[in-house]
Amino acid sequence: MKKKLLALLMSLTMTAALIGCGSADQTASAETAETTEATEETTEDTVEDTASGEAEATEEAPAADLSGTISLAGSTSMEKLCEAMSESFMETYPGVTVTVEYTGSGAGLESLASGSVDIGNSSRHLKDEEVAGGAVENVVAIDGIAVIVDPANSVSDIPADKLAAIYKGEITNWSDLGGNDEVIVVIGRESGSGTRDAFEELLEVKDACKYAQELDSTGGVKAKVAATPGAIGYVSLDVVDESIKAVAIDSVEPTEANIIAGDYLLSRPFVMATNGEISAQNDLVKGWFDYISSDAGKDVIKSVGLIIPQ
Amino acid sequence: MKRRKVIEQTAKTIFTICAAIAILAVASITFYLVAKGIPAAREVGIGKLLFTTSWRPTAEEPSYGIFFIILSSLVSTFASIIIGVPIGLCTAVFLSEIADRITRSVVSSAVELLAAIPSVIYGLIGMMVLSPLMYRLEKAIFAGNETHQFTGGANLLAAVIVLAIMILPTVISVSASSLQAVNDSLRYASLALGATKMQTIWKVVVPAAKSGLLTGVVLGVGRALGEAMAINMVAGGAVNIPLPFNSVRTLTTQIVSEMGYAEGLHRRVLFTVGLVLYIFIMIVNFILLKARRRELNE
Repeated sequence: MKKKLLALLMSLTMTAALIGCGSADQTASAETAETTEATEETTEDTVEDTASGEAEATEEAPAADLSGTISLAGSTSMEKLCEAMSESFMETYPGVTVTVEYTGSGAGLESLASGSVDIGNSSRHLKDEEVAGGAVENVVAIDGIAVIVDPANSVSDIPADKLAAIYKGEITNWSDLGGNDEVIVVIGRESGSGTRDAFEELLEVKDACKYAQELDSTGGVKAKVAATPGAIGYVSLDVVDESIKAVAIDSVEPTEANIIAGDYLLSRPFVMATNGEISAQNDLVKGWFDYISSDAGKDVIKSVGLIIPQ
Repeated sequence: MKRRKVIEQTAKTIFTICAAIAILAVASITFYLVAKGIPAAREVGIGKLLFTTSWRPTAEEPSYGIFFIILSSLVSTFASIIIGVPIGLCTAVFLSEIADRITRSVVSSAVELLAAIPSVIYGLIGMMVLSPLMYRLEKAIFAGNETHQFTGGANLLAAVIVLAIMILPTVISVSASSLQAVNDSLRYASLALGATKMQTIWKVVVPAAKSGLLTGVVLGVGRALGEAMAINMVAGGAVNIPLPFNSVRTLTTQIVSEMGYAEGLHRRVLFTVGLVLYIFIMIVNFILLKARRRELNE
């Protein structure tokens, strides 16, 4: 009896394992099918749109006649922007569904290249091979990275080379920068984070950093720096508030004007890449970009603390 | 007559299916982890993955050495057991042998409450209370030290303290119930032979409950090894040698903190990290099974 039960269980387990394999494949193919369907729908809609609305095509964004799905994928750093933008966009065009996946810049551009999404989000400039693959860079906003210290710290300007030395562990005391005799606690983000990637790349300290703490959220970094005397960290410019102090780099304050002027070292573009120029996209995607550059879109960009490119 | 048989049979089938669900879950998790983890381990090289120390998954030439991470997990677990088990064991002895009814109910409800507190709360308290204390201690100990990297109070020691407190309820409740299960005739015999109460506890009751106590310890090890949230908040999260005042990263926090943004091989290697953790947990459970079996035989 016991043996029988065991045998039954074993066979069940095996079947389960087999089913497991099978269903994984099925899910994958089902997903692909869905995506294809969605794309088809979009094209159909576009055809209808162009057929019915040819006359008014040049008119100023005739609301409510767009319908279908716009799919975006990519940078996690752009989540706040994308959420706010798609919400606002869908309010204006109730017939349109905007889906955004936050898979990371590289993954987003891969999805764009494979044609599974309309727009690939990237929080860095496109690489040469990505441009060669047909992706076109549309900078929709600029993000600044602020270097923050605790509010009691007397240092308010750090030269870029000294900042790099701090993060490489070569400078370990604030007195070396004209501050108080206080050890520096170097705080950063975990590997894979877009902010860390951008920071290390812009400061040219890629993979040379010696972090005392690696935290996995912007809020975490901010809270730690605020609470730890002598701490230094980096966060998106828009989350800077009274609880911490943002320092100048090479005597350039991290302000919007300086970032637009290109003077501030630690800034990065938020790119919504498309396959080919915007003018070659379907009406939905064109409508999306029109909306971003409209006043309403600009308000959204500002509301999430980003800077509008010139 | 026939109807009864059908009902019997149906009930039996339903129970069997329910029992199979648990097995199915374990089997599919095992299968998934192995299927996801092994290829990445092969790609990196198993020796390189397990025995090198440099973790730079996003570098130009990425390296995926998790030796320090494994070591941190083992050291933090071991150290928290060293601190937590004596406290837990003594509390269990107090509960089952010494305390009167009122004290016992107060202490045991405190222990139950301790078990019910979510790990994120432990982490939060650790971050707000423990870290500043640690930082002060760190500054005092390493004053003038040029080579030590100051962590601001997020370190292995903080993780160990938090873990030691977190395993207490497990150790206490399992140990206390196994002490209570010791037959009273042993206690009376010992007392009748002229042994004092303390002699009876340490020389008769505790040895008699040995297997049950071991079960408590092993469950504590499992808890400490598998904890992620609280550790993530107090341990600092940089990959380092597990020394008391170093910021460390364990197998669990490695997965928690990097899974969000990881892509490609980096992501797949995190599954391998999960597999390594799983193997450790399997070993712990195997020991547990052995201990339980011995308990039954006794």
